[in-house]
Amino acid sequence: MKQAAIPDTLGGESFEEEAREGWLSWVSSVDHKKLGIMYLLGSFFFFLVGGILALLMRVQLAAPNNHFLSPQVYNQFFTMHGTTMVFLVLVPMLVGFATYMVPLMIGARDMAFPRLNALSFWVQIFGGLMLYFSFATSGVNGGAPAVGWFSYAPLSETAYSYGPGVNYWILGLLGIGVGTITAGINLIATIICLRAPGMSIRRVPLFVWMTMITAFLIVVVMPILNAGLVMLLIDRLLNAHFFRADSGGSAVLWQHVFWAFGHPEVYIMILPAFGIISEVIPVFSGKPIYGYDFVAASTLAIAFLSLAVWAHHMFAVGLGHAFDLFFAISSFAIAVPTGVKIFNWTATLYQGRIRFTTSMLFALGFLLMFTIGGLSGVAFAAVPIDWQMTDSYFVVAHIHYVLFGGTMFALFAGVYYWFPKISGRMLNERWGKVHFWLTLIGFNLTFMIQHVLGMLGMPRRVFTYPALPGWAEMNMASTIGAFVLAFSVLIFMVNIAISLRSGAVAGDNPWDAWTLEWATTSPPPPENFTHGVPPIRGRRPLWDLAHPDRTDEMMMKLVK
Amino acid sequence: MPDKTKLGVGLFLLSEAIFFLILLLAYVYFHSVPSDGPSAANSLNPMRTLVFSICLFLSSATIHLAGRSFRQGERRGVSLWLMLTVALGGIFMFGQAREYLGLFAHGVTVSTNLFGCTFFTLTGFHGLHVLFGLGGLGALLGVAMSGRLGQVKPSGFEAVTMYWHFVDAVWVVIFGVVYLWPRLS
Repeated sequence: MKQAAIPDTLGGESFEEEAREGWLSWVSSVDHKKLGIMYLLGSFFFFLVGGILALLMRVQLAAPNNHFLSPQVYNQFFTMHGTTMVFLVLVPMLVGFATYMVPLMIGARDMAFPRLNALSFWVQIFGGLMLYFSFATSGVNGGAPAVGWFSYAPLSETAYSYGPGVNYWILGLLGIGVGTITAGINLIATIICLRAPGMSIRRVPLFVWMTMITAFLIVVVMPILNAGLVMLLIDRLLNAHFFRADSGGSAVLWQHVFWAFGHPEVYIMILPAFGIISEVIPVFSGKPIYGYDFVAASTLAIAFLSLAVWAHHMFAVGLGHAFDLFFAISSFAIAVPTGVKIFNWTATLYQGRIRFTTSMLFALGFLLMFTIGGLSGVAFAAVPIDWQMTDSYFVVAHIHYVLFGGTMFALFAGVYYWFPKISGRMLNERWGKVHFWLTLIGFNLTFMIQHVLGMLGMPRRVFTYPALPGWAEMNMASTIGAFVLAFSVLIFMVNIAISLRSGAVAGDNPWDAWTLEWATTSPPPPENFTHGVPPIRGRRPLWDLAHPDRTDEMMMKLVK
Repeated sequence: MPDKTKLGVGLFLLSEAIFFLILLLAYVYFHSVPSDGPSAANSLNPMRTLVFSICLFLSSATIHLAGRSFRQGERRGVSLWLMLTVALGGIFMFGQAREYLGLFAHGVTVSTNLFGCTFFTLTGFHGLHVLFGLGGLGALLGVAMSGRLGQVKPSGFEAVTMYWHFVDAVWVVIFGVVYLWPRLS
């Protein structure tokens, strides 16, 4: 073992905090593990808030011509639900896992910039609180923003949204944007500069690969949103004209700017999820990932293509035939590298010794649900289908299959996989499986039927609907599904609470996994690897360590 | 492996470049729409701005020389060149302030028309970046003057330098597009 294997990553910053105790040791922490846990807890808190908003909306939609929520409140709720889930749940939860796991996986002691790491987290939290403060604004025009999560102009301009809600939305997102960009910079610098000796860039775990590419996307596209936000803010506060068609501005420019950010953002929310799946499936199949290079390279392809597909959100604007054609083709093309990955994971499962742990069940659930979401998504690349389906519940169903069936399932897989490492205790598998099946049933009951509602013409973002044949029943089914889903989250929380107290002690490597985070104790000590990092001669250092007679290196030579 | 500070600053500047690119695209997008009232062609004075711009361009050279002195351990040289850099940056800010006041006096503000809102947004954010850079340079200068230059890491010095060159480079593009473009047509 190389004792000197850990590069100088800290500048002596991280250990000052050991003297502090209690909550102060968390608030003042610059340790990537504590910050990672705080990211996960913070985003889970917002997940509950956003989920409650969704439940209230589903109650309103349970019956036709319902008056449980007023139209104004309903508009505020779907705006806040979407904004919360995208900016305060999925991205920070993925960043949280990356913040916790990446330094461990590459054999580093901390992130490249520990203080910046803390700044990123706190700026995002305060951005989120700023966003929610909008509920406290009073008066006729008060309340939260009610313009949808993409805040289309001119609706988001003062002429139509006079209250301060949209201002809070802008300032909150600017804070979150700045925090996310700095987190992205930090992750890239960590992965490029702090890998342990032997951990070449072609040997890092795929989760690290996905995180790095995601972080590049963050650095490149979040400033596009920030630029759009400041222009909107200048319009609203200084009476400028960027997006105001009545004085020469262009509402379509906002759509271009927002979606030039917004579509890559979708990949920011899914690529790290791909990374989690690429860790979980091989370990529980007992086989190395099939086609590591293809998984990594196809991710690069997705990242590049994602920068050139944004206007498929704008087919209904009427931008012209040539324009539509270009974005239709690029949107079809991006399905190819995504499909490559599905085959990689399936091929990894093939002839594997599969262990059906809860984590693996969620990963398999991801494969199915994400494929459904991907298929309904690629359908939108066909312009006429988009014209027919846009702004209907078909879109709502699609995005939830991708972001819940995809990202959330992967995140649950990640929680069950890494909880033992983070807490030192196993999550209860029996409760875990109940959680999984309830999630799968509740999720499909909620959203599968919405495809049909969308095809029948039910528009999204309308607070109620007439009693057309079948609509009441289908909406009721969807609402029941939402409550099943909510119940599954309760079971998950109970499982966490019980397992934290009395779960089986995990040990260093409960899953017989191969990557470096499992080489240290659970939970890891402050400096991560007290006894140095094990030698790294391949992609699976712990496998090599456990099987010195048939390391990956030897097997590669045999194959050749 | 690359230096983490330089890499981090480089990535930060990449994100800044994209931020400015979007503001610039908004400017160009609306510039092509003919409109009455103030415009780049009838409201801006490229020659006067060029004088101030040259100060900013020169400051890139002076900070480069400051860096050379820093690497050679010449404390006095560092202070001198940094002072000159701050002065040149200050002159640029003075020039921009005068230009803004002149425009305000003629009733050109951010709410006047599309030229006003895109021009002030683009150049205003650049000005804010210059101010921020002057803060960083001022901090370095303060450290240099108090004789604690030995505590400054080379990568820290390099970070401020990179940022300042970036602010300069953004102005080259803005000057070309906002001030020279309308003169060419």
